[in-house]
Amino acid sequence: MRLEAYETGEFHDEMFDESGAARPEARLLLEAVRGLEDGQLQRCQKAAERRLVELGITFNVYGDTTGTERIFPFDLIPRILRAKEWDWIERGLKQRIRALNLFIDDIYHDQKILKDKVIPEEVIRSAIFYRPQCIGLNPPLGVWCHITGTDLVRHSDGQIYVLEDNLRVPSGVSYMLENRDLMKRTFPRVFEGLRVRPVDDYPSNLLETLEAIAPHAASEKPQVVVLTPGMYNSAYFEHSFLAQKMGVPLVEGRDLVVENDTVYMLTTKGLRKVDVIYRRIDDDFLDPLAFRADSMLGVPGLVKAYHAGNVALANAPGNGVADDKVVYAYVPDMIRYYLSEEAILPNVPTFLCWRDTDRQHVLQNLDKLVVKAANEAGGYGMLIGPHSTVAEQEEFGRRIEAHPREYIAQPTLALSRVPTLIGDHLEGRHVDLRPYILYGKDIRIVPGGLTRVALRKHSLVVNSSQGGGSKDTWVLADEPEMEGAPQ
Amino acid sequence: MNQRALNVALPSLSRVADSVYWLGRYIERAENVARYIEVNLNLQMDLPLSPQHQWQPLIDISGETEDFQKRYGLAGQGNVIHYLAYDIENPNSIISCLRFARENARSVRETISSEMWTQVNSMYLQIQSQNTTPEPERLLDTFREIRLGSHLFQGVTDATMTHNEAWHFLRLGRKLERADKTSRILDVKYFMLLPSPQDVGTPIDDIHWSAVLKSVSGFEMYRKKYGRITPREVVDFLVMDRDFPRAVHYCICCANESLHAITGTAIGYFQYRSEQLMGQLASDLDYASTDAVINGGLHEYLDGLQGKMNVIDTAMREDFIARKKKNQTQSQSQ
Repeated sequence: MRLEAYETGEFHDEMFDESGAARPEARLLLEAVRGLEDGQLQRCQKAAERRLVELGITFNVYGDTTGTERIFPFDLIPRILRAKEWDWIERGLKQRIRALNLFIDDIYHDQKILKDKVIPEEVIRSAIFYRPQCIGLNPPLGVWCHITGTDLVRHSDGQIYVLEDNLRVPSGVSYMLENRDLMKRTFPRVFEGLRVRPVDDYPSNLLETLEAIAPHAASEKPQVVVLTPGMYNSAYFEHSFLAQKMGVPLVEGRDLVVENDTVYMLTTKGLRKVDVIYRRIDDDFLDPLAFRADSMLGVPGLVKAYHAGNVALANAPGNGVADDKVVYAYVPDMIRYYLSEEAILPNVPTFLCWRDTDRQHVLQNLDKLVVKAANEAGGYGMLIGPHSTVAEQEEFGRRIEAHPREYIAQPTLALSRVPTLIGDHLEGRHVDLRPYILYGKDIRIVPGGLTRVALRKHSLVVNSSQGGGSKDTWVLADEPEMEGAPQ
Repeated sequence: MNQRALNVALPSLSRVADSVYWLGRYIERAENVARYIEVNLNLQMDLPLSPQHQWQPLIDISGETEDFQKRYGLAGQGNVIHYLAYDIENPNSIISCLRFARENARSVRETISSEMWTQVNSMYLQIQSQNTTPEPERLLDTFREIRLGSHLFQGVTDATMTHNEAWHFLRLGRKLERADKTSRILDVKYFMLLPSPQDVGTPIDDIHWSAVLKSVSGFEMYRKKYGRITPREVVDFLVMDRDFPRAVHYCICCANESLHAITGTAIGYFQYRSEQLMGQLASDLDYASTDAVINGGLHEYLDGLQGKMNVIDTAMREDFIARKKKNQTQSQSQ
């Protein structure tokens, strides 16, 4: 396959440097790609897609009543991260999650950070995912965010930034594992030559993390379950995948009952006690007695059992308070406040529309900035200034003036690109990176994570619901031979 | 505490037990429908001058006579095959069975093996991609593939899934469904064949009975045991045989074994109502006399068998699936 026509454009390319030369970590892979016959990569791509359909690795499309399932598009060209850069990312993520966890614990206890006026009290009171029901809770090991999927992006300056923390119920890790599986079939020789760090131990680490937070009264082998909203949820594949890989039951709300503040599952032989629930249901739907009364998915009495310390929940309810994009802006302050350290991984500069000066700036620069709703996910409720019409900008301007607390704005980042198979050739497409962080007795981060790619030309939106796909992420075990490594 | 004993292992969720049971039933049902069609296609070629009504019995076996008549009218090869294989409004068509099987499999993916899921998924995707009745040249192959797909599923199930409680529920579903279907095909054919005494012992009679045997892959095995084909011995073979895997008796013995493996009760004893009913049916078959059955009316007998299996199905639901939530708390350490 010829690569001469490939253009990096004005973006940071993960495989080629500014002069168009292959980066050292990408050389072996690019050689392998060059050695492929015309059409061979396309055939591999088709085979990989067929396999995804056959394995039923699909997601359900919301609002589509015909029950159509789609595969999450997968691109065979991986994203490669050098060992040193990954070490730095890992240190940064560990620092960040430690501070975020201390913050959540503080918010539901003494609220020192508010009393010391590091974060305005009003920001927390008005956070949609702040849950007063959780005040005074002491989750096992003091951990609130057991599974986190932080979104990282690299800008054209070559710097990696944290875009979002995703503390509530991050998804996508099953695609990371399946992508690796597909890649091993496609590029076996490159794997032998490059020493790519394995990701396969994620399910074991997840199980260990979940077992570590079991209530004290639980037996030596605590009963862990995965709680899913059911087969028609868009992430159902992942729920059943994780349950299968951990060897634990996958339960729905209707499989669980609470008696005497203890959670049981309904089995063919009566009730069996449950110690730890990895819940893939939002706070609101967990328990109709504690949160939304109209929830059909949840388990009445679950939160009371949790308060009584008879069952552990991962992630802990209430941790979404830190997912608020206004709260996000304060994470570097949290790191300073709780850890007396400077943030290793920088935030994207963020304008908070409830601040008068910030709002004026945002309203005057709607055509340049990205505006985001403070509590939306999945790429919804977003304005990408440079790609928007005047009418859209005016609409967002009105919304910002009406609900300033609900909006933040950031400079439009030129996300880095990775060569991606488009038709019969490679073109650069924008990517982000979602590493998965597990927090139990200690903090563990799977090397790499899920690289999401915006498959539409020029698009900066990587979400699967908006034309995004994914790539495998290779973290190399050692540095390639080269001089002058950054960071 | 002995962790190895079957009754100490974590029991299945009731919902999961229900789904694997139906997974077993639906795959078996799809296979049986494919068998009916396959054999009738063969029969059609052997007896090309037979009237159209040759296809009607297939509708009667499925118990959907009324629905078919209302929507399709007179039964012929084309519309019967469409109805039985590709009609998504017919809940017992092959495509519907495979769709339900897949839905059930999907809801218990973490319980069954990946290989089992992949096989169910491929079978469904295969028939879904066909959508219309294949050309005559492809017809026999198409239904043969479905039958083989079901065999592959069973093989993969037995070879890759732990033979735990959930596996036994799946086996229960498969065996009860098979017993039901074998009894139905015998019922319909017997009813159709016997009222024409002038045909008894003629080549036509022989071809029809051979077709019945072939539809359950029993022709060769029957020959080895009995030689000449007589209606009495076909009944003996398909209902009472203990060793032929599609005979009613054999299926009920397996179902009985699986039920006891699930409960941990010794065979011959019972603690659940479903065990009692299944045990009664099994011992009925153990000691039944083929002549008495035929003299008393085969149709009535087979009808009774199907009724008993339905009662067992309901009892199992009450015993294991739709359990009352209260008063069922058991201690963790047994």
